[in-house]
Amino acid sequence: MNEQPANWVDIAALEDVPKRGARLIKTAHGCVAVFRTGADEVYALDNACPHKQGPLADGIVHDKSVTCPLHNWVISLETGEVQGADEGQVATYPAKVVDGRITLDTAFLVRRAVA
Amino acid sequence: MTQRLIIIGAGMATGRALEHLLDAGADYDVTLFNAEPRGNYNRIMLSPVLSGEKTYAEIETHTAEWYEENGITCRFGEKIASIDRAAKTVTAENGDVLSYDKLLFGTGSNPFMIPLPGHDLEGVIAYRDLEDTERMMGLGPDNKCVVIGGGLLGLEAAAGMAARGVDVTVIHIMGHLMERQLDEAAGYLLRKALVDKGITVKCSANSKEILGENGKVRALLLDDGTELPCDLLVMAVGIRPNTKLAQDAGVAVGKGIHVDDQMCTSDADILAVGECVEHDGAIFGLVAPLYDQAKVVAKTLMGDEAQFVQKELSTKLKVTGCDLFSAGDFAEGEGREDIVFRDPARGVYRRLVLEDNVVVGAVMYGDTADSNWFFGLIREKTDVSDMRETLIFGPAFQGGGASDPLSAVAALPRDAEICGCNGISKGEIEDAIAAGSGDLAAIKASTKASASCGTCTGLVEQVLAVTLGDDFVIPAAASICGCTDMTHEDVRRMIKSQKLTSMPAVWQECGWKTSCGCHVCRPALNFYLLADWPLEYQDDPQSRFINERKHANIQKDGTFSVVPRMWGGITTPDELRAIADAADKFEVPTVKVTGGQRIDLLGVKGEDLPAIWDDLNKAGMVSGHAYSKGLRTVKTCVGTDHCRFGTQDSTGLGIKLEKILWGSWTPHKLKLGVSGCPRNCAEATCKDIGIVCVDSGYQISIGGAAGMDVRETVLLCQVPTEEEVVDVIKAVTQSYRENAKYLDRIYKWMDKVGLEWIQETVEDLDTRAALVERFDLSQTIYRKDPWAQHVAKAETYQPLADLTLEAAE
Ligand SMILES: Cc1cc2nc3c(=O)[nH]c(=O)nc-3n(C[C@H](O)[C@H](O)[C@H](O)COP(=O)(O)OP(=O)(O)OC[C@H]3O[C@@H](n4cnc5c(N)ncnc54)[C@H](O)[C@@H]3O)c2cc1C
Ligand code: SF4
Ligand code: FES
Repeated sequence: MNEQPANWVDIAALEDVPKRGARLIKTAHGCVAVFRTGADEVYALDNACPHKQGPLADGIVHDKSVTCPLHNWVISLETGEVQGADEGQVATYPAKVVDGRITLDTAFLVRRAVA
Repeated sequence: MTQRLIIIGAGMATGRALEHLLDAGADYDVTLFNAEPRGNYNRIMLSPVLSGEKTYAEIETHTAEWYEENGITCRFGEKIASIDRAAKTVTAENGDVLSYDKLLFGTGSNPFMIPLPGHDLEGVIAYRDLEDTERMMGLGPDNKCVVIGGGLLGLEAAAGMAARGVDVTVIHIMGHLMERQLDEAAGYLLRKALVDKGITVKCSANSKEILGENGKVRALLLDDGTELPCDLLVMAVGIRPNTKLAQDAGVAVGKGIHVDDQMCTSDADILAVGECVEHDGAIFGLVAPLYDQAKVVAKTLMGDEAQFVQKELSTKLKVTGCDLFSAGDFAEGEGREDIVFRDPARGVYRRLVLEDNVVVGAVMYGDTADSNWFFGLIREKTDVSDMRETLIFGPAFQGGGASDPLSAVAALPRDAEICGCNGISKGEIEDAIAAGSGDLAAIKASTKASASCGTCTGLVEQVLAVTLGDDFVIPAAASICGCTDMTHEDVRRMIKSQKLTSMPAVWQECGWKTSCGCHVCRPALNFYLLADWPLEYQDDPQSRFINERKHANIQKDGTFSVVPRMWGGITTPDELRAIADAADKFEVPTVKVTGGQRIDLLGVKGEDLPAIWDDLNKAGMVSGHAYSKGLRTVKTCVGTDHCRFGTQDSTGLGIKLEKILWGSWTPHKLKLGVSGCPRNCAEATCKDIGIVCVDSGYQISIGGAAGMDVRETVLLCQVPTEEEVVDVIKAVTQSYRENAKYLDRIYKWMDKVGLEWIQETVEDLDTRAALVERFDLSQTIYRKDPWAQHVAKAETYQPLADLTLEAAE
């Protein structure tokens, strides 16, 4: 796939997401979960566990992982990969904090919609 | 040329100073005045004299012969009346004028008398000298005495008189005894020990007036109108440096007589030692610093260099059977940390206050064997960072690798108690091993160690390992999760003993291997901290499973179910209408009656939760906590209201229990059932706690389950009244909260600690009351309707942003 220009969009203040918590973002193609870690990093992942589509935003966040609330699969926030013996991967999106605001690269969302 | 030294006061400080002077071969012509008609004695030993453990002769430190042999002129029973500094003379009470080259003040303190009406009545005394002691010794078993002041001195007076059979009451204005040295917990232990000696103790009691008859004390009247009759009233509320003579002479005086590091006053020829002085802002009420001062003042008088330096102080209560030690500083402050260890079974309490990894204060109650070691750490300002984890256990635990529990156990003396419930010592276990008990089960059978509540199991295994060496392999206890090697029990013990009141503190002190735990340990820690420190700890929603975080059960499709509370399973048409309206409005696909007699609305969307709660709240309903590790439901039968068999009001009791217990967090879900008679229509005997009403009262049974395991309850006790039912159930619930492993239902906990232990816990009325009190305290903080609270935060249930348009572009 060709490089496409990034399209950073301001989403909300970092404080709007609790530490070690997540909030949802509605998109035309389902929900994306924005996570904030204990060390104030942010990550954006599809809000659906590869196992049985558990809502990841409702899981417990620890280090750079989240545990799915339905059957406790552990998913890496950095790579979206399922940890441990289980297998699978969740789509991840570029996200960063700029001046205390969470920004998301929506170009990726569009690309996903097209794909 | 021989100089004239006049000493005012033959107290402990000047007595010691004299000895130093004589040892140094001083060339002084000494005259010693003392208001008391005697020479030096060990004032601090008046307490053993009072209690009859010593005689006055045994505490006399300097006899008439001693003064004689050393050529000291004694004028006992004579006070100095005034001083003329210009003329360098003193005037005695009888008018004699003597001149001096050097004058030494050692006038001690005056006991402070509260100026209550009646304080000058005959029979109102302080506790300071032999005369006071003799007054108290004159009392006998038919006499009553009131002591005002629950500090060191007052308690020694009270205990001494109680030992003589006197009926003693101690009145203390603060909430607990010795509040400057002890916190409430240690104060409680001390109070218990004194009450056991037959002393009545009244804390938070304010004296109003001393009542008399014919000029003699008759009773003490308290603020609340209580009258305490007494033949003698002892005031032991504090001391004031005795400075009047010095002040009249124009010597600089603040709280005490001002002295420099050489113990010289503002007049170079006048020196002072002891309780009458003020050095660098401090005054002194214990002998240790006075002895240091005595050494310095002797050097100064000899013309030698010396300097008085203030050091940390320690106190011990000289009451037989109350082992109490306190040293250093306890003030709370920024950067100060507490380490607390309690062993209620042995009545042992230890508290250390740390600042910058240095111990600055220590209190020990019940077992003061290690007090000198701790005092050493305080005085030496030893850096204790390397032994923090085991510090509180004392020196025996410090040698050889602080964190190796085996070396700590190996270092324990034979009489160290291993099993608190059954009072089994290390030696008894070693003997049992020598006699052939080679594993835990055998030790349990032969000694009963770890056969009760089981919390000492780990220690018993360690004794086995130390004694048997390679022949015994400690079974690896399962750790909580991958973040730590510690078991749930270990961590709970650490949280309590080290007073860890936050999750970062636990991670830090217990050496967590991850930065912030995981989904397994965090909910457990959150619960333990909440259960153990209801006042200090702040609940962490991010460490709760989604059901508790969102106060609704998550379903397989990510929707939630909502269950309003229906107290004891009773509802009304209005409530039913409100539930039906909510179901319509939020398009609830399924409405179901649960096994616990409540109504479940299934399939509610996450973002609708606050709105549906709001509607149900408005109809008077609160959350049913159907999602929580906490009280779920109290199921009831119809009982006496309608049923022809009912013996008691089972529905009423169920409602009452639910109203008392709701909102309480527990290690796992908690379900109750109340049946009105042994027909047991509420199926109470497969609940965590079941009550079956019978003619003569209530049978309370625990440990039922009807889930993955199906268990029948076992009888805990039978009680005659509803009040007792409530107390027993609060106590069991609290004990379960304080002791069980997270996610163990009551039956699992019961299997571990044993039914007998739980029975003993709730049957002992003191223990029961204490548990009830802690339960109630926690409820005042944590019982809130989460729905009402979360309606206010409704926006956090909504999506953070809507990018549906963005993506579509
Ligand atoms: C019952 C009791 C128990 C105690 N227990 C402890 C303990 O366990 N540990 C501890 O460290 N401390 C204890 N203390 C405190 C300790 O006894 C005092 O700190 C210490 O005795 C003070 O010594 P001092 O020489 O300064 O004064 P004192 O020993 O009080 O001597 C002062 C003397 O000066 C005399 N005097 C006063 N004015 C004049 C005057 N104008 N002319 C002539 N003589 C005068 C007084 O009669 C008195 O005899 C206890 C005290 C009491 C009363
Ligand atoms: S348990 Fe007894 S009182 Fe209750 S409904 Fe059944 S028969 Fe009636
Ligand atoms: S759906 Fe996430 S673990 Fe099963």
